[in-house]
Amino acid sequence: MKSLGNIRRSFAPWTDPDAKPFITFRNVTKRFGDFTAVDDLTLDIYHREFFALLGASGCGKSTLLRMLAGFERPTSGEIILDGQDIAGIPPYRRPVNMMFQSYALFPHMTVESNIGFGLRQDGMPKAEIAERVAQMLKLVKLEQFAKRKPHQLSGGQRQRVALARSLAKRPKVLLLDEPLGALDKKLREETQFELMDLQQELGLTFVVVTHDQEEAMTMADRIAVMSHGKVIQVATPAEIYEAPNSRFVADFIGDVNILDGTVSASGNGKIELAARDGFTVRTVTGNGPATGSAAGFAIRPEKLKVTRAAPADASVNAAQGEIWDIGYLGDMTVFHVKLDSGKVVKASMLNAQREVEDPIAYDERVWVSFGETAGVVLKD
Amino acid sequence: MQTWSRFNIASVVLGFAFLYLPIVLLVVFSFNESKLVTVWAGFSTKWYASLFRNQGLIDAAWVTIRVALLAASVATVLGTMAALALTRYTRFRGRLLFSGMVYAPLVMPEVITGLSLLLLFVAIGFDRGFWTVTLAHITFSMCFVTVVVQSRLLSFDRSIEEAAMDLGATPVRTFFEVTLPVIAPAVLSGWMLALTLSLDDLVIASFTSGPGATTLPMKIYSQVRLGVTPEINAACTILIGLVAVGVLVASILTKRREVQRLRDEQAAFAGR
Repeated sequence: MKSLGNIRRSFAPWTDPDAKPFITFRNVTKRFGDFTAVDDLTLDIYHREFFALLGASGCGKSTLLRMLAGFERPTSGEIILDGQDIAGIPPYRRPVNMMFQSYALFPHMTVESNIGFGLRQDGMPKAEIAERVAQMLKLVKLEQFAKRKPHQLSGGQRQRVALARSLAKRPKVLLLDEPLGALDKKLREETQFELMDLQQELGLTFVVVTHDQEEAMTMADRIAVMSHGKVIQVATPAEIYEAPNSRFVADFIGDVNILDGTVSASGNGKIELAARDGFTVRTVTGNGPATGSAAGFAIRPEKLKVTRAAPADASVNAAQGEIWDIGYLGDMTVFHVKLDSGKVVKASMLNAQREVEDPIAYDERVWVSFGETAGVVLKD
Repeated sequence: MQTWSRFNIASVVLGFAFLYLPIVLLVVFSFNESKLVTVWAGFSTKWYASLFRNQGLIDAAWVTIRVALLAASVATVLGTMAALALTRYTRFRGRLLFSGMVYAPLVMPEVITGLSLLLLFVAIGFDRGFWTVTLAHITFSMCFVTVVVQSRLLSFDRSIEEAAMDLGATPVRTFFEVTLPVIAPAVLSGWMLALTLSLDDLVIASFTSGPGATTLPMKIYSQVRLGVTPEINAACTILIGLVAVGVLVASILTKRREVQRLRDEQAAFAGR
């Protein structure tokens, strides 16, 4: 069975037409004065899904999250959570909890009372609170820090307290606003997998806001790529990466080469694109643009092959150029190849072996080529 | 370490002498045996003893303390509320006018504040006395509280309030369980500032006070007009002593808290 991105998913309610979404944004618009933060947005999130809102700062992702938490009211449209329109419900009566980017720990309370705060608001009996707090401390491995105040903790520990506090009330949905933004790289990578395990274990719906695409790709079941208050594409990480639906998404996620040209032939699920950069691209596509129209072709650097010898059919999906730059990254090597047309394309090659006989060097003439299914056609 | 040049030493000595010589003189002469303030006739504590037998002064001190405690407390509540309104609701109509008006008493000459309050009390037929002094003190000390609390609120992380509400605390509980404890040091220093201002106010109290509500500064001032007695020196020395102890305790506490905080932070980073 073929699958995008070498991943098989057993959890995919969004592909089931009978599945009922857990959270629905329907035609939601939010304006701040003249500024439209969220623009007529419609989006479904499913129960137990790990959903990421990804975008550059100011794209409206945080506003969307804050509307879900209840800190902002939509200007129009409705937000439905578990069958109930929650647009008018204040934050303190919503069955959602949020983990803040700054962690927002109460500085005058110990770790224990921070975690128990929400339970005390609900009037839970003291013994039960103590039990739940102990359970949460164990979950985030902070048992010996119960009596400390937030300023006596390191950044990673604070992050865990914030997480434990937002999970203590067992919310239906946990909202995470840049949850790992303040951690250093190594800790961030560890914590990503911990969060995924936790979400699996607790069976909760997570909605995370992030500007870090790697974070979103690693953790999320699905990603919504946002720009200027609109959702550009909602799909699994593999789909977003391998089959971006637009120039914006292709360019925003990962590295990409975009070859521009005109469609010279199309039919039978295949099209031929005369690219301005010297390539004649022949590729498989679902519903390609009509012959004669302008189109782009997006291809990821690792899908390009750099060889000294000409490929078998040098008339399609291949072009000649010379090595312009070589970047050695350890796990892979990145080549910048200057094509004869003058365009520089990026190609990366995995360093699967420690020693390579006669590696490609600077200024060498090379062929750049790719297969029929290596990239996607972007309609403009 | 810088070396102490003669010039530096001279300027420090001069500066401190300028500031403290009058006070030192006052303290020294409060222990004078003689009734003449400017002639030294040996050490004695008799003026302190006579001070505690001076019912007028003690009554005045009692009035002052009651006025100050009441005025400072009410001013703190009102001032904190004004500070919250000014920092939180930044978009309401007439905010600029409102904030300007809150701060006006800071720069208003006391004589004008006093006179206008007097006119008001006369116009509405409010008998002058304890309550009018208290009201007047609330009026002028409130804006100082506002300034102190507002500067704290400007650096206040609103997300902790949002976190509290997110965890199910109503706005009222959020204020009392999260906001107030966090800004408490600023509120407390606002209160202390208001207390101090009320304790040593002479001008406004003179305008708004009536029979039976003479404050200590008024009493001292009126006695001095009849001639300075060592008794007044003794009273002032006690006041200076109280203020000095207060300042000392406050700064030791602050220093301690800073040291503790620093140690905690180091411990946190060592043990991560």
